[in-house]
Amino acid sequence: MTEQYHSATAPVLAPGHNNKSVTEKIAGVVLTQKTPKGWFIVFAITFMVMHAMVFSLGSLVVRGIGLWGINQPVGWGLDIINFVWWIGIGHAGTLISAILLLLRQQWRMSISRFAEAMTIFAVMCAGLYPVFHTGRPWLAYWLLPYPNTMALWPQPRSPLVWDVFAVSTYMTVSIVFWYVGLIPDLGTMRDRAKTMFGKKMYGFFSLGWRGSARHWHVYETASLLLAGLSTPLVVSVHSVVSFDFAAGIIPGWHTTVFPPYFVAGAVFAGFAMVLTLGIPIRKLYGLEDYITDKHLDNMAKVMLTTGLVVVYGYFLEVFFAFYSANEYEIAMAHNRFSGPYSAMYWALILCNFIVPQLLWIHSFRRNTTVLFIVSMFINVGMWLERFVIIPMSLHRDFLPSSWGFYMPTIFDWGAFIGSIGFFTFMMFLFIRGLPMISIFEVRTLIKKPAQGGGH
Amino acid sequence: MSSQAHEPQAESNLYGLMAEFDDADTLMKACEAARDAGFKKMDAYAPLPVHGLSEALGIDDERIQKIVLCAGLTGTTVGFSLMYYITVISYPMNVGGKPLFSWPAYVPPVFETTVLFAALSALIGMCVLNGLPMPYHPVFNNPRFEMASTDRFFLCIEAEDPKFDLGNTRKFLEGLHSQEVVEVAK
Repeated sequence: MTEQYHSATAPVLAPGHNNKSVTEKIAGVVLTQKTPKGWFIVFAITFMVMHAMVFSLGSLVVRGIGLWGINQPVGWGLDIINFVWWIGIGHAGTLISAILLLLRQQWRMSISRFAEAMTIFAVMCAGLYPVFHTGRPWLAYWLLPYPNTMALWPQPRSPLVWDVFAVSTYMTVSIVFWYVGLIPDLGTMRDRAKTMFGKKMYGFFSLGWRGSARHWHVYETASLLLAGLSTPLVVSVHSVVSFDFAAGIIPGWHTTVFPPYFVAGAVFAGFAMVLTLGIPIRKLYGLEDYITDKHLDNMAKVMLTTGLVVVYGYFLEVFFAFYSANEYEIAMAHNRFSGPYSAMYWALILCNFIVPQLLWIHSFRRNTTVLFIVSMFINVGMWLERFVIIPMSLHRDFLPSSWGFYMPTIFDWGAFIGSIGFFTFMMFLFIRGLPMISIFEVRTLIKKPAQGGGH
Repeated sequence: MSSQAHEPQAESNLYGLMAEFDDADTLMKACEAARDAGFKKMDAYAPLPVHGLSEALGIDDERIQKIVLCAGLTGTTVGFSLMYYITVISYPMNVGGKPLFSWPAYVPPVFETTVLFAALSALIGMCVLNGLPMPYHPVFNNPRFEMASTDRFFLCIEAEDPKFDLGNTRKFLEGLHSQEVVEVAK
């Protein structure tokens, strides 16, 4: 970090590496390097925090959904806020590995594996909420279209049913994409594992990969096809999530800006989470050669750009409330500015609009402390955004006689905090057992010494 | 098992001759030379995808694209039929007098089934075309082959090739700037 590279010429892999050194370093994190103390500390803490979720959701199963703060008229509370928040966080993984692959952005290679794992665990967290939100999670399979003795079907004209299709497909495709990307590296791990157990486990999951030219030929095409499929998929998933709101008539929901604004918000939140986890882990394992200042700079730029799209969405929401001359939409806007939840709205503006403007400054985009703080603000801001959209619109709709108020209970918070614990726990489990950076892709970044002069 | 690799093999128990290379460029040149010498049954092994290696070996396999396309179209058909069956045949529900065949509402779920089928077929197709999972393969009998997943490059000419001849093929491989040529047991 002492060296300052200009962003246009900064390398995505520090100079002086060869195939052997990158393999030894990345595989070594799992196989040979002594596990840092920090890993054990985070692992232990997140394991305990996870149990807040286990307890909250377990109680919900036993005692019923009345434990949550949801009511009439606010039927969607923290459960749906968290669902949307987690799904959004997951989107960065797919964006990095699919869209940036199609755009031939080489810097994605050293962060894609990590971000894809994040996608999977974030979607796992997200998926829990709607299932428990049904109140009877043991009947969640009713959401799926299957012939049954009740002679009932889900209603395919409802965005909520589209959501079931979108999220379950997204989960499946994310796992497939991640696993396909892992196969050659699992072969490397198999060949380098020191223990018989390691050799057998990695060997089993590497499927007998031997890096033959025929394998690579089919493999590369399959990866490219998966990237091509994931790209529209990731856009469709958060668009469908936004339809859950946009197709309703509640003031503040019924707007056409929702799909693009949600997708941009998802990318914004996802990159913030990649930085939140990536900065400490890079430090913990000394991976500065692989996740360079160039990566930080690029991720900060993506956050700044998508952040501005999100802010444009906030602006349009207000503009259309007044431009529509619809008294309910105007009342909703006033309610946001000065209603009972207005503090949340202004905190949102601070977190998602004002703080990210720091990223205009070049040196801040390479300063891990500043980036970490900004990304924490964005994580909070994106959660607040969903709070502003969901309970704030629901608690005061058309008739003052049906107005209400929503206050989350300890069980709401337990499930939320616990899911953060679960997510971090899974991420730390992942970096301990699997190569967190795609080894074979990083090999392709190595510049040949014979060509010289390139750097 | 792996110790067999160094002992001379009876031809019937021989999988092929394997040459080791330092880098991708030498491997590529060796593959081109082997192709020009008329060898057909051979394969190269590299720790990373090497561009141009498929052409050098004459690999021209475009089946995966077709598999994924067909699976995607199957997904579209299955999804659309399911939506049609639900909304029109099995569970017709009149919502505000709108037509039962409300196809615009089918678009999001049908898109998802298309992607789901295509993505699963990309995984399964890749495995089937590559013959994976295959826990045992003769090339692993070369103890040096462990390094094929780190930084070594290999070319293996198989004994089944009609032009294969133990002595001549060994000489040919040794002449390609290879590091070591070993016999690989079946």
